[in-house]
Amino acid sequence: MVFLAGDNIISALGFSTSENVGKIIRGYCGINVSDDARLYPEPLYISCVETRILENEISKIHLQKEYTRFEKLAILSISDALQRSQIEIGHQNTLIIISTTKGNINLLDKTQAAKYDKQRIHLWSAAQEIQRYFKNPNTPLVVSNACISGLMAVIVARRLLKTGKYSNVVITGVDIMSEFIISGFQSFQAISPEPCKPFDLNRSGITVGEGAGTIILTSKPTGLNGDHRICISGGASSNDANHISGPSRTGDGLYFAIKHAMQEAGVGKDEIDYISAHGTGTDFNDEMEAKAIAWASLENKPVNSYKGYFGHTMGAAGVIESILGIQSLIRNELFPSMGFEKLGVSEDLNIIRERKHIPLSYCLKLGSGFGGCNAAVVYRKESMNQ
Amino acid sequence: MGELINKLKHEIIEVLNLEDLEPDEIETGAPLFGEGLGLDSIDALELIVLLEKNYGIKIDDPKKGKDVFYSVQTMAEFIEKNRA
Amino acid sequence: MEKIFITGSGSIVGTNICTDGKCGFNPQDFPDFTGFIKAAYKHFKIGFPKFYKMDNLSKLAFLTSEILLRDRKLTERYKPEETGIVLLNSSSTLETDDKHYHSIRDRSNYFPSPAVFVYTLPNIMIGEISIRNRIMGENVVFISEEYKPEILYEYVTFLMTNGHVNACIAGWVEYGRSGKDYESVMYLVEKVDFTNLNIKFETSYLEKHYCDLKAKHYG
Repeated sequence: MVFLAGDNIISALGFSTSENVGKIIRGYCGINVSDDARLYPEPLYISCVETRILENEISKIHLQKEYTRFEKLAILSISDALQRSQIEIGHQNTLIIISTTKGNINLLDKTQAAKYDKQRIHLWSAAQEIQRYFKNPNTPLVVSNACISGLMAVIVARRLLKTGKYSNVVITGVDIMSEFIISGFQSFQAISPEPCKPFDLNRSGITVGEGAGTIILTSKPTGLNGDHRICISGGASSNDANHISGPSRTGDGLYFAIKHAMQEAGVGKDEIDYISAHGTGTDFNDEMEAKAIAWASLENKPVNSYKGYFGHTMGAAGVIESILGIQSLIRNELFPSMGFEKLGVSEDLNIIRERKHIPLSYCLKLGSGFGGCNAAVVYRKESMNQ
Repeated sequence: MGELINKLKHEIIEVLNLEDLEPDEIETGAPLFGEGLGLDSIDALELIVLLEKNYGIKIDDPKKGKDVFYSVQTMAEFIEKNRA
Repeated sequence: MEKIFITGSGSIVGTNICTDGKCGFNPQDFPDFTGFIKAAYKHFKIGFPKFYKMDNLSKLAFLTSEILLRDRKLTERYKPEETGIVLLNSSSTLETDDKHYHSIRDRSNYFPSPAVFVYTLPNIMIGEISIRNRIMGENVVFISEEYKPEILYEYVTFLMTNGHVNACIAGWVEYGRSGKDYESVMYLVEKVDFTNLNIKFETSYLEKHYCDLKAKHYG
């Protein structure tokens, strides 16, 4: 069995899980207009981690050398998650997994790259910097699977823990805001002219977000306290085999991931209480996801997407949004899907419109991305006093 | 117009990497999408970039692209009409 | 524990293209990757024009998968969701990243291309192989400084012994930033050894096979 032992979220909404949840409860939106011409020639809606607070937080931990924004986000996120766990990150039974799409992509710029050694643009090199900072003895693993990277990292971590080679895995998903990613999605005409509106009738694309998330998993839950614990009970990935940028029209690929994840978790459709969707806000993604959810006969389950709060955080999305799904389980509380007004997909999904308290045990988290990849993970809450 | 059509055929082959194709094999009036050349949604977006880069014409609404990129003929007519 | 076998291999190291350890096509007169990989595509009569649209990393991965999978009848033997793809790589898509970056660096000549941008994710190579062969199972790209067969061994072994994966394409596909260094090796891994060669899927075999391939190329 694999259990949650600690977590952290850094997004436009704040620098800890509780700060993010607090802002979500109060209905804050972390998406704003940016007129930073270094990012894009024209103003557009994006969601960024606040640099002033980031630098302030970083100054508290007295770094001994120059780290990039990507590495700083990872270091802060892991540090905060560790404080809330019993895990020894320097121990050889702990592995670090980094999930990212583009890592230190800002170092393509020669003037920015000049401060660092030449290898730093490599994902493995950035990951090793993070590993060395925490004095972890194992070579970190990097998962780079487009927009499912974060969920995939959770799935991979769970599998590696089950082999018994490690007792703990620290998973950190990070992607920074960059001209690189914005220009690419803009060339796909995929960026929404307003804050993204997942599953809404008037949705018109994604909002690019920046963030970091850390999930610490353990196979030795002896140190876990509290009334309940969270178990990662199943996870699977799949491929649409349809198109490298357009999702399946039928939802078959994502359906396979859902089916296998639920089989592995040993849960039926009646037991799933809530779905945290990928919900990017593009026409095709949200429609595909709706079809897959219906195919799995889960269309009446409450569903939300968190991208309306802090955009699409790429390699961090699966980690950050999993933590929020877990928070729903712990708090027995569902949060509304920001930006949603009127259903705009062909299946009659039960999109969460307002905050409500209901008993929750199982959360299904979904993700999909370029390359036709899909992932699904089942999280379960166990009561300790049973 | 004939010169523009010929130029467009060369450009389409180049930007869409249709290496096995000769310009003469693209029929001027035949549909570019659907069966014909096996083009997809990324190709449609690439054609939007082509119009902007080589002809200075911007298409902000991808849905409008559908009529413009119906055939080489419609593309050429659109360029003629919108060229500054 | 269930036994898992290597039932085939495909590799491209330099201009050396090998299937199951046998090297056939090895043209000497191509100065760069672009010319070489196109000649190889034609030599093997692949007939998949989308190949020309791929970036170099995907071309390398795609061609390696073609020479690995030809005549294996994978789709007849497994359902789409039963086959997994696990690839390892070092430089991610840096060569293509540079291309995309080049198209946006100059604001007076700012023309990002969707056909370039889409290839700035290393798992696109898995997407291409999946589309071609209708493979819909588990898929992941790991990034590692260098080829570490134990990463493939541990993960693929877990996949094949726990759950729904019955066949897996596992390999190392690397295309360096400069375009000068590239190499790939892929294995077909199955639970049933229809080859009767009894090659067990083990780190030591992967290591030795890779060293042999390098030796063949560098002499």
